[in-house]
Amino acid sequence: MRAFTYSRAAAVAHACQQTRDGARLIAGGTNLLDLMKLEIEVPEVVIDINRLDLANIAQSGAGLRIGSLVTNSACAAHPRVRGHYPVLSRAILAGATFQLRNKATTGGNLCQRTRCYYFYNRDQACNKRDPGSGCSALEGANRIHAILGASEDCIATYPGDMAVALAALNADVEVTAPDGSVRSIPVREFHRLPGDTPDRDNVLEPGDVITAVTLPAPVGGTQIYRKVRDRASYAFALVSIACVLKMDEGRIASAALAFGGLAHKPWHDSDMDELLTGKAPSDTLFEAVADLLLDGACSYGQNDFKIGMTRRVLKAVLREATGMQA
Amino acid sequence: MTRSYIMDEPDERNRLDAMAQGVIGRPLDRPEGPLKTSGTATYAAEYRMNGRIEGVLVTATIAKGEVTVLDESSVRDFPGVIAVISDDRMTARAAQGGAGKSPVRKVREVRYYGQPIALVVAETFEQARHAAKALRIEYREDAAALVDAQDDAIAFEQFEEPIIQGDLDKALNEAAHTVDVTYTTEGHNSAAMEPHASIADWDGKILTLHSSLQMLRFNRKELADALGIDPEQVRLVSPYVGGGFGSKLGISPEGVAAAVAAIRLKRPVRVVMLRQQVFQCVMRRSETRQRVRLAADAQGRLNGFGHEAWVTNLPGEEFAEPVLQASEFLYAGENRVLDLQLGRIHRVTAGSVRAPGEAVGMQVLEAAMDELAEAIGIDPVELRLRNIPEKHPSEGTPYSSRKLEECLRRGAERFGWDASPRKPCLRREDEWWVGTGMATATRVHNLNEAYARVTLRSDGTAEVASDMTDIGTGTYAILGQIAGEMLGLDPAVVTVRLGDTRFPPGSGSGGSWGACSTGSAVLEACEGVRAALAAKLGCEEAALKLKDGHAFSGADKVALSDLLGGVDVVQLGHFKPGKITEAFSAAMYGAFFAEVGVNAYSGEVRLRRFTGAFSLGRVLNAKTATSQCMGGMVWGIGSALTEGLTFDPRDGHIVNPDFAEYHIPVNLDVPHLDVLLVEERDPAGSPLQAKGVGELGICGAAGAIANAVYNASGVRVRSFPITPDKVLVGLPEI
Amino acid sequence: MPLTINGTDHDFIGDPRTTLLDYLRDECGLTGTKKGCDHGQCGACTVLVNGQRINSCLTLAVMHEDDQVTTIEGLGTASNLHPLQAAFVRHDGYQCGYCTPGQICSAKAMIDEAANGWPSFVTADLFEPVKLTTDEIRERMSGNLCRCGAYSNIVDAVTEILETKR
Repeated sequence: MRAFTYSRAAAVAHACQQTRDGARLIAGGTNLLDLMKLEIEVPEVVIDINRLDLANIAQSGAGLRIGSLVTNSACAAHPRVRGHYPVLSRAILAGATFQLRNKATTGGNLCQRTRCYYFYNRDQACNKRDPGSGCSALEGANRIHAILGASEDCIATYPGDMAVALAALNADVEVTAPDGSVRSIPVREFHRLPGDTPDRDNVLEPGDVITAVTLPAPVGGTQIYRKVRDRASYAFALVSIACVLKMDEGRIASAALAFGGLAHKPWHDSDMDELLTGKAPSDTLFEAVADLLLDGACSYGQNDFKIGMTRRVLKAVLREATGMQA
Repeated sequence: MTRSYIMDEPDERNRLDAMAQGVIGRPLDRPEGPLKTSGTATYAAEYRMNGRIEGVLVTATIAKGEVTVLDESSVRDFPGVIAVISDDRMTARAAQGGAGKSPVRKVREVRYYGQPIALVVAETFEQARHAAKALRIEYREDAAALVDAQDDAIAFEQFEEPIIQGDLDKALNEAAHTVDVTYTTEGHNSAAMEPHASIADWDGKILTLHSSLQMLRFNRKELADALGIDPEQVRLVSPYVGGGFGSKLGISPEGVAAAVAAIRLKRPVRVVMLRQQVFQCVMRRSETRQRVRLAADAQGRLNGFGHEAWVTNLPGEEFAEPVLQASEFLYAGENRVLDLQLGRIHRVTAGSVRAPGEAVGMQVLEAAMDELAEAIGIDPVELRLRNIPEKHPSEGTPYSSRKLEECLRRGAERFGWDASPRKPCLRREDEWWVGTGMATATRVHNLNEAYARVTLRSDGTAEVASDMTDIGTGTYAILGQIAGEMLGLDPAVVTVRLGDTRFPPGSGSGGSWGACSTGSAVLEACEGVRAALAAKLGCEEAALKLKDGHAFSGADKVALSDLLGGVDVVQLGHFKPGKITEAFSAAMYGAFFAEVGVNAYSGEVRLRRFTGAFSLGRVLNAKTATSQCMGGMVWGIGSALTEGLTFDPRDGHIVNPDFAEYHIPVNLDVPHLDVLLVEERDPAGSPLQAKGVGELGICGAAGAIANAVYNASGVRVRSFPITPDKVLVGLPEI
Repeated sequence: MPLTINGTDHDFIGDPRTTLLDYLRDECGLTGTKKGCDHGQCGACTVLVNGQRINSCLTLAVMHEDDQVTTIEGLGTASNLHPLQAAFVRHDGYQCGYCTPGQICSAKAMIDEAANGWPSFVTADLFEPVKLTTDEIRERMSGNLCRCGAYSNIVDAVTEILETKR
């Protein structure tokens, strides 16, 4: 770890100014310290924001406002989250461990960086870590890599679970800028595709501080988070699917799907949601939805399987959500 | 006076069963349990020493070449930095188990990615780690290094004389049923929870190394050889070892580097490997490619048996994963080909990882046997039963005690094995295909020379001392029980002291030989103590009954403390395997039975039930022996489903050198483990009638799981680990 | 910077890079908390901070002003074991012992989390009171790796304590 100066933010505005000037904010620290030890992150100034008053969950209109310092554990266990947004509880509980979730925060988790093997090895070329150095994963070990929306510069995936559920729920990220202004960014637009600037994971500007995530009014319906991984627990997703789906008299009244493990961002395509809406559930319909998702998929050898796996698991999720038999 | 026992023939005296204390075999708690569970057992990195400074290894970032620039000035002015050391005495690799001499030392000649090339020493760990990252290094890189095990350019060579008997091809041509299949297994890492760690202290004459090591009497010579000093000048201290599994058999680079730095800087130096370094620069189990050819008659009797394997190692290493070790003796078949081929590639050293050979050889053989059972259409348990040979199929030697049949039958009964005709995809529970599989377990029995000292103190308590280690295996418990049984003492009054080269040299922990080898030295020492007591009582040693701190001779009963009259009895025991190792084919046996669920959509496999029946000679402590078997079974789960080192095809670096991406099983991967210990005495196994325990539980376990995956889902995955992507391709349409 | 460890006041002064784990082990002499991976991937460093279990390797000591830290040494001693520690001994819920303190701290917190109704990945109904079945224990203890493979015995040890409590 490179030496840094440590101080605590007294107010959100202070945190904004500091981060605009190049400081890194530390909340739970579970990802940042991991990366600092490997010197993938080498901040000179670390600002501890844990004592800011951002750890509350409160009613916000018809929805729910989750402060950015609410821990993953607290969020998943919150009665209103469990009750109205179970897909969010399920997604959070599918990730990491109790120990990590007790520290990891809502805001920090949104900013979690990729687990690409080459990003994690400072001595390998990686455009995300070292722009212009190349992408080692293209011709290397890429079993865990993206099949959607990747570029020749980066095929890394966003590794988190929580944000996949938030994308299905169409949540917003509340961001405070250094000028004090507060704006709302749909989670679906928060993470970026890599393009030729994979070093940028999301759309935050220098000085932006995430202060909350807001959930829209509860939609009810069946909510499922399904995660496929290499061991039963404590592993990142090969593929994950968040599904929020409502039936009405044998037809799909509304649907929202989001995918993890497939792209540089939680993948959401509103065309898929629309294709499902108003239809009677059938395997033919589900195949059409899978086609919509996967027709543009591009794999790199070791991750070819993700295409077939996603298709099958999507069918399982949609069958379950619509009450069809397994 | 040392009492020696050279074991040339079976020891039929069966001393332990003739004793009166009744503690041998009992499921006693480990004596060190309260220390370990309260966090007060002290591991290598945890000794406090005044003035201790911290070293962090710097490792190579190319596969092969030479360090041309190692720019000390690039970090000299960093806060806290004391020295950058890249010394000819430092070692570039870990020693192979039992080497007894220094491993390759030329740290600036890079032979694999991750090789140690320097040590940065600083006042604090953070200072040292940062400077180690910042140190400027330049290389001259050899472009043509072979790093990919799949590279066609690798020239494989026969590692040892192959076994070729009869005419296997002819047997295959004429057989009623045959199997000819090729399987692969990925590389494994021991991944002990305690990273390799050492603190070196040099007082000008003696180098003391607190280190995490398995075999001190060898490690002492290895370190002395590397440093160019006399072994007598080296003291190793290793009373608690946070897991070894082969990776701590030999001295490893951080220990030598710490010693070099301590000698040079005249301060205690601690070097703890970063977790990534444990993966990158200690040992890997080689990946394997294995071809199994089996020829059977209509009744399922093998007359042809072929097992060939291809493994790799670094140039210059004398170790090749002994994949075929169990195939030599387990099953019949007069027409045989057993051939092990070794290729040279520039990846981290391949060496012993728990149950070298059988761990990967047995899982493949047992999967192939399942394929044969299916081809013949007989119960896989029955196929095994029909192929238990009378004598060693190549050497003609007799087997020592072998309860394979009992294990197969009793394990099947315990598990509720259904012997009726088998077909895949018959049982479905919601999304899950459910099926069962079984496999034989076997592992060769090894012995090693050992010394131990037993002191019967005048107060009627006792001490056992040896530089033997307890790496989680239960050594503290079982040595106390052996001494307690022989001397008529409650093990609670027997203190066992281990892991210090000031004590007599034990066998070390490796190859599952620790308990039998060092335990036999303890037995021998105890016999000497008993002889001394018998002399005091004026009776024959064999007639002496010792129980609860008292000696009985005829009608006389005397407390040991009275008998000893204020004088301790000290006896050094020595055990050495002699002709016995050639006279018998000695091995441990068992059987695994597994039930798995295979997700019909995702291909994920979840183990639901797992039974193991094992015969391993006399059980010295039923609790710790059971735990060892369980541990092996967990490794079998990892080998079957989750574990595999992934190497970059271009520079051979391990891309998953940590616990996030090298997936050892977690608690949720492991169901209740049902272990049945089948009672046995093996007089050819050791004077204890015991055999090895620590590795048997892995040997074949993954085969049972693979066979269950097939039975559940109809997918025969011939490349381990069986990850969802590999299952998926063969699953029925949904 | 004040913090309390096992009921004793401490004052952290030093390099802000120091993790809570290294502070406990190297400066406080509390080596019961183990370093297995230093990256939050093994759980050997699990301690309780204000009653909640965390990986002490992934947090800085300097971030814990006024916090109450409990390590394995704070639960029981070798001569006066906490019931969980004693259960681990009885059930042989450890072998090499290196992951053990983390396992025990984790189990302690798990029991409290369940009592508070916190669901887990394997909880079928997010609203029923949590019953620590063997599968619940396995999932909730999956953040603590054990390479020796003592999982089955760990589950038994924890189960015994839960049954004693009932």
